[in-house]
Amino acid sequence: MTANGYLQLGLYLVALMGLAWPLGLYMARIYGGELPGFVRWIKPLENGVYRLCGVKPGDDMPWTRYAYAMLAFNLLGFLAVYALQRLQVWLPLNPEGLPSTTADLAFNTAVSFATNTNWQSYGGETTLSSLTQMAGLTVQNFVSAASGMAVLVALMRGFTRKDASGVGNFWVDMVRSTLYILLPLSLALSLVLVSQGVVQTLSPHANAALVQAVEYEQPRIGPDGQAMKDAKGRPIMEKATATKQAIALGPAASQIAIKQLGTNGGGFFNANSAHPFENPTPLSNFLEMLAILIIPAALCFTFGRFVGDMRQGGAILAAMTIVFAALLAVCVGAEQSGNPLFDRLGLATQASGLQAGGNMEGKETRFGVVNSALWATATAAASNGSVNSMHDSFTPIGGLVPMWLIQLGEVIYGGVGSGLYGMIVFALIGVFVAGLMIGRTPEYLGKKIEAFEVKMAAVAILVPPLVVLVGTALAVALDVGKAGILNPGAHGFSEILYALSSAGNNNGSAFGGLTANTPFYNTLLGFAMLLARYWLAVPVLAIAGALAAKKIVPASAGTLPTHTPLFVVLLIGTVIVVGALTFVPALALGPVVEHLQMISVK
Amino acid sequence: MLKEFKPALLMLVLMTVLTGGVYPLLVTGIAQGIFPRQSNGSLIVQDGEVVGSELIGQPFTDPKYFWSRPSATSPMPYNAGASSGSNLGPLNPALEETVKARIAALKAADPANAAPIPVDLVTASGSGLDPHISPASARWQVPRIARIRGLGEDEVIHLIDAHTEGRQFGLLGEPRVNVLTLNLALDHLGKP
Repeated sequence: MTANGYLQLGLYLVALMGLAWPLGLYMARIYGGELPGFVRWIKPLENGVYRLCGVKPGDDMPWTRYAYAMLAFNLLGFLAVYALQRLQVWLPLNPEGLPSTTADLAFNTAVSFATNTNWQSYGGETTLSSLTQMAGLTVQNFVSAASGMAVLVALMRGFTRKDASGVGNFWVDMVRSTLYILLPLSLALSLVLVSQGVVQTLSPHANAALVQAVEYEQPRIGPDGQAMKDAKGRPIMEKATATKQAIALGPAASQIAIKQLGTNGGGFFNANSAHPFENPTPLSNFLEMLAILIIPAALCFTFGRFVGDMRQGGAILAAMTIVFAALLAVCVGAEQSGNPLFDRLGLATQASGLQAGGNMEGKETRFGVVNSALWATATAAASNGSVNSMHDSFTPIGGLVPMWLIQLGEVIYGGVGSGLYGMIVFALIGVFVAGLMIGRTPEYLGKKIEAFEVKMAAVAILVPPLVVLVGTALAVALDVGKAGILNPGAHGFSEILYALSSAGNNNGSAFGGLTANTPFYNTLLGFAMLLARYWLAVPVLAIAGALAAKKIVPASAGTLPTHTPLFVVLLIGTVIVVGALTFVPALALGPVVEHLQMISVK
Repeated sequence: MLKEFKPALLMLVLMTVLTGGVYPLLVTGIAQGIFPRQSNGSLIVQDGEVVGSELIGQPFTDPKYFWSRPSATSPMPYNAGASSGSNLGPLNPALEETVKARIAALKAADPANAAPIPVDLVTASGSGLDPHISPASARWQVPRIARIRGLGEDEVIHLIDAHTEGRQFGLLGEPRVNVLTLNLALDHLGKP
């Protein structure tokens, strides 16, 4: 890697930590109810929302009611997105006259956005009307993220309260996340993105006259409107000439800002943030990458402030950052070494001041290798799932990195809220394991960790791998599953494993070659997303409720300190051991085999 | 659980108005006001006609133009209504075939050029709409362009430099050449 590459990666990490600190403290004040002066003007709006909705912000909810509120809210959100897609042909703001989507696609997309996964089975500019994108997807981008943050806040209260029956008010936590955190940040980010060239308009497309007309082949369309096929079932091709370029536009910037900040990732355009209108310059790319990790990283500081010991949040953030940096180095290295095929064909693949070199298939010139690999690592770490390069065309090891980060359970930063609550669950398992080794009742942050909490933590840790592995097994065993594969060999298996990992951990990125818009995959992945989201969130709320009801025990000589380097190692070890034991066999069949094949070709 | 549905429904309606209506419309209003060119697609207008967008690539196959990167969009390359990458895996035989065909086409257009072809000039971009090629890829095409257009190679290199964007702030991203604006400038030199 070049010196500039190291510089760009270093700058990213420094900027991330530098911005996460103040944002984390700001969020702690928001959730604690001490509004800083410069946002107090939003307070009347917040109160107005409660009044209109008949919510009493002072109501302290037991964890069960908190969970009901979240589930009811998410269920209605799901229904709204489903209905918008099924009815979009009759609804306004559909300038292209796009037809309504099929039932399975609508189900998949609605689940995808309600669960903060944002798996893209739909094709963006070619499938969804502006109304569906704005009133459906953008709204869920906000509120599904806010729901995740709310669950985390409830869990943090579980640690700070004693002998309490409630864990806070879901509506208050959700509304505050939206009004004070997500909306202002999105507004600022979207305007900066527009300045770089991200489009924001209500008109659907512009027409340009091509400088040079282009000849191409397309399937001949029969009188029935279907592609005509020859005797062997292959489509009959005919020559065509294009002299115009229809350029899709739309209100993209506003959606991109929140899709990055809310670790959503569902793109306005099909190619997501590889599309020049979503991500036109290196600066827009830098800011969008920062937006992916900023809130999940900042929440660690929020956590530290909440529990009254910044070192606790720092330890968790350190564990996340160490794993992230190590895997980032692997990904950048693999992509820069590139595909031996290109060297065999005599291409120039060395990085220099004039070109990025490496594996450029599926990557954009303005981002090159370093920024593509950095984005891939960040988006997988954070359950964001947006892409600025095509992961399917990565080298086997370059593609293994995002896949394994997803499989670790989306806890290396992870989704907004969900990442940190997932990591805290791993911390509970970590202190439990340590407690077994030294023969003492485990404690974390002054709370005794007992059978109920460990059972709930086990559920939260075991459900996603179960969904991923059983789902993958099902898909590779069935013809409808194998039919979706684009690339032959081990890579085809990787495509399916990646899809299930992505849905089963609410990430949303893909090895895009897989044809996932089929009733089989739409249904399978839809259920995977549902299980992965709520079988984590509800047990976490149960833990929150149980912890809030406990006393706080003062630290004693037998307490394992949870802010030390030793604990950081223990936490990393827990995450890696669970992730490795569960997924290495499956990874060996996909990317590892493919890597060995790739380097063995002479 | 049922009693949570009423606030849930009202909250969804309000959030839809706020984040799905007010927010995107507010951004649209401000963006159109202060960045009208960018928010409408950074279009390039020549003699009253839109000839493309600065940010969206176009396909070039004529040897007198600089060629863009291969595009995997369908049905035609650089279809700006349906962005897409090739999604071909590193070992897929189809990748080898397309790259070989692309190398053959580049060599056929300039048989005398024995320099190794930069990798980005024969690999499809992620969006299929990449407006840029690397400066190395632009320079590789200089002998062909100079020969066909009857220009000096220095002159062509000078033009490339004028259409090269360095790393942003000298640091971020990669240096790149905008193929469309470069070709438009070539045509303006008036020696086709």
